[in-house]
Amino acid sequence: MATHPETGPGMPSTPIVTPGYTYASVTDKISVIVLSGTTPLSWFAGFLIAFGLLQALLLGIGWTVVFGLGTWGINIPVGWGFAIVNFVWWIGIGHAGTLISAILLLLRQQWRTSINRFAEAMTLFAVSCAGLFPLLHMGRPWFGYWMFPYPSTMAIWPQTRSPLVWDVFAVSTYATVSLLFWYVGLIPDLATLRDRAKARALKIGYGMLALGWRGSAQHWHRYETAYLLLAGLATPLVLSVHTVVSFDFATSLVPGWHTTIFPPYFVAGAIYSGFAMVLTLTIPIRWLYRLDDFITMRHLRNMANVMLATGLMVAYGYLMEIFFAWYSGNPFEMFMMLNRMTGPYGPFYWALICCNILVPQLLWSERVKANVPLLFLIALVVNVGMWLERFVIVITSLHRDFLPSAWGMYYPTWVDWAIFVGSIGLFLTMLFLFIRVLPMISIFEMRTILPSPKPRPAAAPGAGPAGD
Amino acid sequence: MSHDAMPGHDGIDWGEIRRRLAERQGPEYWRSLDEVADTPEFQELLHREFPEGATEWTDPVGRRQFLQLMGASLALAGLTACSSQPSDKIVPYVRAPEEVIPGKPLFFATAVTLGGCSVGVLVESHQGRPTKIEGNPLHPGSLGATDALTQASILGLYDPDRSQVVLRTGTPSTWNAFVSGLATQLDSGTQPQGGGLRILTETVVSPTLAAQLQAVLAKFPAARWHQFEPVSRDTVRAGARLAFGETVNTIHRVEAADVIVSLGSDFLTTGPGAVRYAREFASRRRAETPATALNRLYAIEATPTLTGGMADHRLVVRPDDLESFARGLAVRLGIEVGGHSWRPTPEQAKWVDALARDLAAHRGASLVVAGDEQSPAVHLLAHAMNRALENHGRTVVFTDPIEAVPVDQGESLGQLVADMQAGKVETLLILGGNPVYTAPADVPFAEALNKVAFRAHLALYEDETSALCHWHLPEAHTLEGWSDGRAYDGTVSIQQPLIAPLYGGRTAHEVASALLSDPRSGYDIVRDYWKSQRRSGDFETVWRKALHDGLIADSALPAKVPTWKGVIPAAPSVAPQGLDLVFRPDPAVWDGRFANNGWLQELPKPLTKLTWDNAALMSPAAAERLGVQSGDVVELTFAGRRLNAPAWILPGQADGTVTLHLGYGRTQAGRAGSGIGVNAYLLRTAAAPWGGSGLTLKTTSARSRLASTQGHQTMQGRNLVRMATAEEFRKHPDFARDPGDHGAGHQPSFYPAHKYEGYAWGMAIDLNACTGCNACVMACQSENNSPVVGKAEVLVGREMHWIRVDRYYKGGLEAPETVHQPVLCMQCENAPCEPVCPVGATVHSSEGLNDMVYNRCVGTRYCSNNCPYKVRHFNFLQYADDRTPSLALLRNPNVTVRSRGVMEKCTYCVQRINEARIQAKTHDRDIQDGEVITACQAACPSQAIVFGNINDPKSRVSQLKAHPLNYGLLTELNTRPRTTYLARLRNPNPALEQG
Repeated sequence: MATHPETGPGMPSTPIVTPGYTYASVTDKISVIVLSGTTPLSWFAGFLIAFGLLQALLLGIGWTVVFGLGTWGINIPVGWGFAIVNFVWWIGIGHAGTLISAILLLLRQQWRTSINRFAEAMTLFAVSCAGLFPLLHMGRPWFGYWMFPYPSTMAIWPQTRSPLVWDVFAVSTYATVSLLFWYVGLIPDLATLRDRAKARALKIGYGMLALGWRGSAQHWHRYETAYLLLAGLATPLVLSVHTVVSFDFATSLVPGWHTTIFPPYFVAGAIYSGFAMVLTLTIPIRWLYRLDDFITMRHLRNMANVMLATGLMVAYGYLMEIFFAWYSGNPFEMFMMLNRMTGPYGPFYWALICCNILVPQLLWSERVKANVPLLFLIALVVNVGMWLERFVIVITSLHRDFLPSAWGMYYPTWVDWAIFVGSIGLFLTMLFLFIRVLPMISIFEMRTILPSPKPRPAAAPGAGPAGD
Repeated sequence: MSHDAMPGHDGIDWGEIRRRLAERQGPEYWRSLDEVADTPEFQELLHREFPEGATEWTDPVGRRQFLQLMGASLALAGLTACSSQPSDKIVPYVRAPEEVIPGKPLFFATAVTLGGCSVGVLVESHQGRPTKIEGNPLHPGSLGATDALTQASILGLYDPDRSQVVLRTGTPSTWNAFVSGLATQLDSGTQPQGGGLRILTETVVSPTLAAQLQAVLAKFPAARWHQFEPVSRDTVRAGARLAFGETVNTIHRVEAADVIVSLGSDFLTTGPGAVRYAREFASRRRAETPATALNRLYAIEATPTLTGGMADHRLVVRPDDLESFARGLAVRLGIEVGGHSWRPTPEQAKWVDALARDLAAHRGASLVVAGDEQSPAVHLLAHAMNRALENHGRTVVFTDPIEAVPVDQGESLGQLVADMQAGKVETLLILGGNPVYTAPADVPFAEALNKVAFRAHLALYEDETSALCHWHLPEAHTLEGWSDGRAYDGTVSIQQPLIAPLYGGRTAHEVASALLSDPRSGYDIVRDYWKSQRRSGDFETVWRKALHDGLIADSALPAKVPTWKGVIPAAPSVAPQGLDLVFRPDPAVWDGRFANNGWLQELPKPLTKLTWDNAALMSPAAAERLGVQSGDVVELTFAGRRLNAPAWILPGQADGTVTLHLGYGRTQAGRAGSGIGVNAYLLRTAAAPWGGSGLTLKTTSARSRLASTQGHQTMQGRNLVRMATAEEFRKHPDFARDPGDHGAGHQPSFYPAHKYEGYAWGMAIDLNACTGCNACVMACQSENNSPVVGKAEVLVGREMHWIRVDRYYKGGLEAPETVHQPVLCMQCENAPCEPVCPVGATVHSSEGLNDMVYNRCVGTRYCSNNCPYKVRHFNFLQYADDRTPSLALLRNPNVTVRSRGVMEKCTYCVQRINEARIQAKTHDRDIQDGEVITACQAACPSQAIVFGNINDPKSRVSQLKAHPLNYGLLTELNTRPRTTYLARLRNPNPALEQG
């Protein structure tokens, strides 16, 4: 293993883990965050803020369900507003986890080890947040179950030509596989926590969650097989979920939605925003819990590179949208693009171009990538930009479509904002609970990437630093 | 479009707008001024109009309404959270009433009187409750159609704000107490022969009521009967008196006229006979073949009317100039005029010349119509021109007046007020009307009223006048009481009640009979009167037939030839000063009587598309000079009186002319109508009931939020309303077709087309006939239980009309052409809404209908997003009022009342299709062409809408769809709309086209 402290351009020689750790010290350092009897004040502060925001969500949901969608800013022609913007945004964010866990696992990118647990958790929470919106945005959410093919006595099924039904399947499958993947990956660590917990209640709790894991060779063998299989299962989902989400728009005939480039462009955007969110969250937590040794500059740098790459794909998508609007010769498409740029929502379009294309170009610079606060800022900007992208796609396409007599404007109400901000609260609340009660870095996988004092256990081929 | 090109910050850049409009070529339409300029101010205006955050919470009134709505929603959530219908027991009749079959509506012929003219209607009754008003095909003034006001009047019947009890100085009393109080008052009168008694009515066209009032006057010879109505036809009558020395009723034979000149008249949509005139006019606008000769309409007007919108040529003149123009035209036609020193502009001179030639070439087949609001001199000139053109007896027919006693109502009211002020009036009975609110500002009616010892007011609402009267008597609604009335041609209809008075209301007949100490029921009064009119024959048969048919046969007044006594005086030499003010009855609330009618309040006014408000309409040029934008509050000063009103820029308005619609700014209209808009009566004087010059206008810093349903941008060259001249149509009969399309408007598809065996329903809308009068919108709302959403919801774009009338402008700012396009669900064969619904709540029927299954709808609104026509409407809140008991009676039982969270849209009146299907199946036959008539089609005065089976090549709709003018909207999307349009033709005069 390389242990040179310097980095050279293009040479990822920064170690994944700062040298000097042993199996025991790694385990200590990660598990103590969970098992320690004292909770840092900063956690409380963060949790309180998050929990406070969550109340806005509850208020918003209550208001919506009791009084109706009229409390939102949507209207005719803009039938979809913040809810769908937020849905796509959250789903996009939820892409990084699976990508990091599954695809990077299959590609044997061992640097993923320090961040995969965290990213998977983030994925789950983001998908939970996303899942709220399709339900909430229904006029009669209490009939949301009609979207599922349950055996109704009326023998009525969902209308399977609708991309919204595909969405239900895509998102629920993704959520299920992500949850399983995450949980399976947690089992050995839960056993570690069980073994190290002092309090009886914790022992029982973690013990039950650990499903009787004893760390036998047989366990490890089955675990590795299952984990690989799940990784294989999750991999296509990374591509499929946002592809299907993009169908929500692409299969319509609305100018600005009816575009064949949407699936790849949405997937790239999703990974883009997912990595941006991982960076946004990792950087403060790494700092708060002093995890610089495990989440090193190499991680940040790699994530920044992924962001840069996917950002360029997204930029290509924007460019193609403009090109095809012109090349199609379709006056509605041309008008849509012009309206997007210069219409009443024009500033949002240019803000999104700025956030998603211009600012990330800073990432070409190694110095920028080495500057953690700046990296954090860029990640934040990309998060905002990706939200704006969805806003622009949803709103500007709808508000001026075919018949000028039916054109309108969309302005969100306080309920829209409460639900949006509240969903961030929900996300952060879950995240804070997660880092308090579960190991946010995979302990056992970290052990596998430590420089071996002796030959590594043969039972971890998938997670091992093979090829090194 | 780019921001660089935007004008400065001092408002709309008028030069820029003109330049942009001038640059446009071909049939491009624009909808509003700001959109042409696309100014940042306009964008800002948008922001101001639709501020961020829930509008409900910034507007206290809106919040209250919103809380009410929420209350309903809460109740809904508290129940099973899915249905708001309470459980109810249904008990069958033990002994069924005669002719009543549950589920089968009955239709009764009756009449609705408005503005001094009755029109015959058929009212649909479901087990005793009237639910819908249709025109009476037998009635000459209706021919089966109605106008928007008549359609909406049924809501008034069930209005929960109607007065429900007799009030004596504000406390509940009884009818009997009133009758005895009245008798005591009359007995104790100090003046002999009832000298202190005055009766004030609106225009009386009821022969029965007139006879009763004459009897009252016979009993009390010193009593007086006054008539006053704010939208009266005083000038029309005065004009007739100038021409013939007597009041005559003028009937236009629009059908027979090849060339029509409208002098500020809106004869196609307002005034007596408008419904009929629209039909006759449209019959001469249908180009069956390219060779068909169309009529030609010229409109000279100061403020845009719908008639002006239908005109082939429209000349905008100042109100003063209209008379000069008429005089000039008369002179040019060789009519002797007292004195004439008009200096026409070159354009006016060209017009006079062209019109005179065209009129002279169509002697006996031309028609000059003067508007009801024009001065008596204009009417006199119109009569003189018709006479000179030998139109009398051909396109213009005279009869005795339809008013029982035609009086100058302004004078009549003035006399009454003078008497009241002089203390001569001891007893005043106000039978209908709301004179405290509607009296001219310089006639101190309210003040004088306080000097009357005994004053009683019979009215539908406890309104401004009731508040100042000792007695308020709830009036029976038109559909609750017996009466009668004359139509535009004098035809008498018996008004028969559909339902017993909901709140014990009485008719004017009953009050009059109380005066006569002859208490009889309304039925007896009306029947006895007509019995007394018939000397021979079997009265019972005639009476029954009259009730059944909705008119008394051959009761139209005979045509007469009044002798010409007209001497056209010299033009008054009044130099116009300042701006001009024009008053008009509101197209929705009329003179204010419909102020509490939510349907009408929410009905987008045909030209401004404003709802829930009136505004000071002004020309773009005036707005430019004053730096005023739509929504800015301006201070109007006229004849020493001031009024603040929000401005609205109206293209086609004469420069320097401000138009105010009457009927707003009411204080005691009811929950819906009080406190909205501005009261134009405050500026109206007895001398200038329709306005005059001398208006000054000052800007203020205030702004008002006006809820308009119109869009904001240009048509972007989209070919939505297709249009050509008759000449172009002759040369290129297929101009309206899509390029490369050979009839069906279908694009290629990978999928096989749906097959429609049996019926395939379709609709064709003739844009040549559509005047934009909104009758279809009201008919649809009434037929389909559409809710009213309120101003706050209209402001955020959530109005619920299943059919809307889009209005586009073409040409310059000052005198644009106006076109109207009704848009309803196109019932696309490839409906974009259908595949996107996740639960299959919108599905295709075997007959090509795009069915909406409310029960299945979960409200994702994807269907609406994917609808290129945006004809779907969503229940964002619990819009349907399910808590007001009286409104439950109003509902059409065949149409589901939609709850919150559900999408809805036009169904092609599927309930009517199914009704016809049941009929046809019962008789084992197919549905015949014309058997299914949709609500919009039935109401349309000009028969612009035709519905039927397009699988039947002989059906009218099939024939129209085969017409070369037929085209579909947005067919390039391959939606295959079942609703198509017939392109609009203009028939311009070549002499006016050049230059």
